[in-house]
Order: sequence, then C-alpha cells, then structure tokens
Amino acid sequence: MFLINCPYCGERDQQEFKAGGEAHIERPKQPTELSDDEWAEYLFMRKNIKGVQFERWNHAHGCRKWFNMVRDTSNDEIKAIYKMGEKPPTQ
Amino acid sequence: MRNKYSVFSLIKNALSYHENWQRAWKDPTPKKEYDAVIVGGGGHGLATAYYLAKKHNINNIAVVEKGWIGGGNTGRNTTIIRSNYLWDASAGLYDHALKIWESLSQELNYNVMFSQRGVMNLAHNLQDVRDLKRRTHANRLNGIDAVYLSTEEVKKFCPIINTSPDIRYPVLGGTLQRRAGTARHDAVAWGYARGADAMGVDIIQNCEVKGIKRNGDSVEGIETTKGFIKTKKVGVVAAGHSSVIANMAGLRLPLESKPLQALVSEPVKPIIDTVVMSNAVHAYVSQSDKGELVIGAGTDDYVSYTQKGSHQIVEGTLNAILELYPIFSRMRMLRQWGGIVDICPDASPILSKTSIKGLYFNCGWGTGGFKATPGSGDLFAHTIANDEPHKLNAAFNLNRFVSGDLVDEHGAAAVAH
Repeated sequence: MFLINCPYCGERDQQEFKAGGEAHIERPKQPTELSDDEWAEYLFMRKNIKGVQFERWNHAHGCRKWFNMVRDTSNDEIKAIYKMGEKPPTQ
Repeated sequence: MRNKYSVFSLIKNALSYHENWQRAWKDPTPKKEYDAVIVGGGGHGLATAYYLAKKHNINNIAVVEKGWIGGGNTGRNTTIIRSNYLWDASAGLYDHALKIWESLSQELNYNVMFSQRGVMNLAHNLQDVRDLKRRTHANRLNGIDAVYLSTEEVKKFCPIINTSPDIRYPVLGGTLQRRAGTARHDAVAWGYARGADAMGVDIIQNCEVKGIKRNGDSVEGIETTKGFIKTKKVGVVAAGHSSVIANMAGLRLPLESKPLQALVSEPVKPIIDTVVMSNAVHAYVSQSDKGELVIGAGTDDYVSYTQKGSHQIVEGTLNAILELYPIFSRMRMLRQWGGIVDICPDASPILSKTSIKGLYFNCGWGTGGFKATPGSGDLFAHTIANDEPHKLNAAFNLNRFVSGDLVDEHGAAAVAH
C-alpha cells in the first residue's frame, strides 16, 4: 500500500485508485493491415518489468481522471506522475 | 542409495534422537554441462526434473534456484487442490494432476499429507447459481466428480457457514468436489527434490540465472551467479519472474506479475473439516493440521515484484469471512504474506515450446498453480523430452495468443482470478 499524488486532487491513499496496466501502448494506426502476430503483440504481450515501469492509473474513487505513473515495481517506489498526453520523463 | 522412509527407519532414528537421518538431497556444485537445466526450484520445477529423470531417462539434469527450494509460491499458497474447471482442456490438465496426487505419497515415499477433504464452492446470486450448475454438468461430462448442493445441503456439509437469508450476500447453493482437498506444500517440494536427487538430478540452490546464451535460434546455456552452465535444453519454471527470464532471451510473454496475499490465524481446535471457497465475495478458508485457519485473499491490480500486497485486499477478504462465518469474529490473525503470481490474459497457464529451440516455458499459473504441481511437472517433462507437447497440454501453448484459441477460465473456473 502506498500514497499516490493524483495530478488533479493531490496525495491520496492507493485504495482510491485503479491500476490500468502498461502505458504508452499505441493502438495500431491501420488495424486492417495487421498480421495475427502483430495483433497478439498489441493485445496480449506485456513488458511486465521488474524495475522502472511506465503505467496508467485511474483515480477511480476520486476525480475519475486517468494519468500516467513511473514506478519501480521491485520496491513500489513512485518516481514520477504526469498527465495523459504529456511526454514521459526521460530519466 | 537413498534410505527408504518407513516405520522402522522412524523407530531406528528415534533411538539416536533423530540426529542421524540421511540428507534428503545433496548440495552439489554445478557441472560444466547438463542435458537439461530447469530454472526454478519450486514444486513445478522439481517435479519437472523428477519426471524427466523417471519417465524420460534424462538423468544429467540441474535445477537452479535463486533462493532455497520451495521458498517462492510453493511455500506461500493456501494448498488447495481441485480439478473442477469448466473447459475441457483445463479439466484434462487439472484432473491429470489430481489423479497423480492420489498416489503421490506412496510414489515419492514421502508423506505429502494429501487430504481429500472436499472443496465446496458457494453461490451468492442467481448468476452464480447458473454458472455453478453449468460447471457441475461440464465437470461430470468430463468424468470429474461434482455435485450441486442446495443451501440446506451446504449448511449440513459445513455447519459453521451462516446461511441466513438476511446476510449481505446470502448463500443460495454451492458445488462440492469430494476428491478435492489440500496437501502439505513444503512436503511436495521436498518430496520431489529427494526423489529427483536420488535419480542423479543436481539441485543447485542460491544460484540465480543472469542470462540465457543463444546461438542464433537455439539455446547454448545459461549464465548464473555460480558461473556458466552449458546445456541445449532450458525449462523455465520461474512463476512471477518468468517475464524477467524471458527478457534475457529476448522474448515477450503475455504475463503480468501481481501480488497475491494469504494469511493464517492462531491455531484452534478442529472447526472446519473441508475447504470452502466463495467466488463472489472472494473468501476462501480451510484449516491446517496445526489448527490454523488458512485464508486466501485476492490479487492487487498493479504489477509488483515486492511480495507484499495492499492492506485493503486483506480487509475485504476478512469482511467476507466474518459475514459467512460469524463464529470466527474473535479469531486473531498470526501471519500474513504475499507471493508474486504471473497471470495470463485468459487465466490459464502456458506449458509450451518457444520460438527459440531448446527453450521451454512453464508459467502463467496465476493464482492457482499449486494444485497442478504433479501434472504440470509430468507434462512439462514430456514437452521438454520430446520437443512436442503432450496432448493434455497442447492447448496451453504460447501460440494461442496469436491464433486466438484462448482457454478462457476467467470467472468460469471455481474462483475469481
């Protein structure tokens, strides 16, 4: 359990939030031309990193807005939080 | 030669104050080369090595384990064993395991304390009732024992359940698999380790895999903290860390690793002689031979490798437990812990070859791998030895995420994942 600093509401308990999985998975621009392998890659394959991972979160029991988070999955330490549409921090 | 455990060996060793028992397995340093290396010394990995040696005549095997054997999810689960899965492929897989469990202690000459005390699954709403009845029929068509119970029959089978109609989620019925039950989790790892060691398998503990060496599209060996080990076949059985190992080989897997928690209470006299699971309110409970209530909670929804979960998950489970079993209201919980479970999008496992020759993965068991330990080891050994899956694990290949032929047990199995 940890605290999450919602970019809209400020610091709240993690149980108010819903995790939305890996971030920056782009929907294929031309879905009709995708092979089965490429669909599998887009739909199912995940980085599932042990270490620093980029992910989406939703303040489900608060403002209900989505945002991005950089978190170290080996110790649950939150490195950065940024809004949807913003560029991910490089470091 | 391994000494056989028997009542006579017990008496003999009692006379010397149990100080002269033979070591159950050796502590070897790794050889330069093996015919096959199993990555991960949990129940599934050790069982794989055991069946490779026993049924496929491959004896030059190493099991490498980064910690100590059985120290991961094998030692962290709630030990429930059942095979009442909905789909044919899952029914075949899990019932294969259940059949091996039934004679495992005799086969290993090691008491795994398999107890067929039955597993009951509760229905709390009309959709649950429909789903559980459908599953009961599907199970029976697959030759798996299953009966549907009315509320009165649930109460009769487990009298401490609150079946009053005025609780938040009233018990509307349930299913019972009588052949299902529990086993002693550590003993499963130790029994397979002892059996595999006796056939010449090297069990190498405190040896972490750091890299997988490839020559083009084939495996050449693994880099470990105890040096390079040459081998043409690598079977990865690393549970929550499967993606980490896959990454070393340049593969991607459809897995997410999440914390799953469990807890035990202070020990009390026998009060519940079966396993009761509830999908809808996510609470399941049984009682260990020591007398502790063993309670399983749910997974957190975020990826984490920390082996600890959120407090509210445990709180939710205990709320449900108290609503269903008011008699436990004054029980105190002694220990709580987490394990990292690797979950597939369809909540079914992967026992499969990969695009790299000689590299095999056994993963994705998610929240319910313990029950499958013997069957998983047997089928994975077959897959590694023949470079082809057995017909019982053919459906659980990695390619199903490309073909779309998923084995969708999400919510269809007896408990939520």
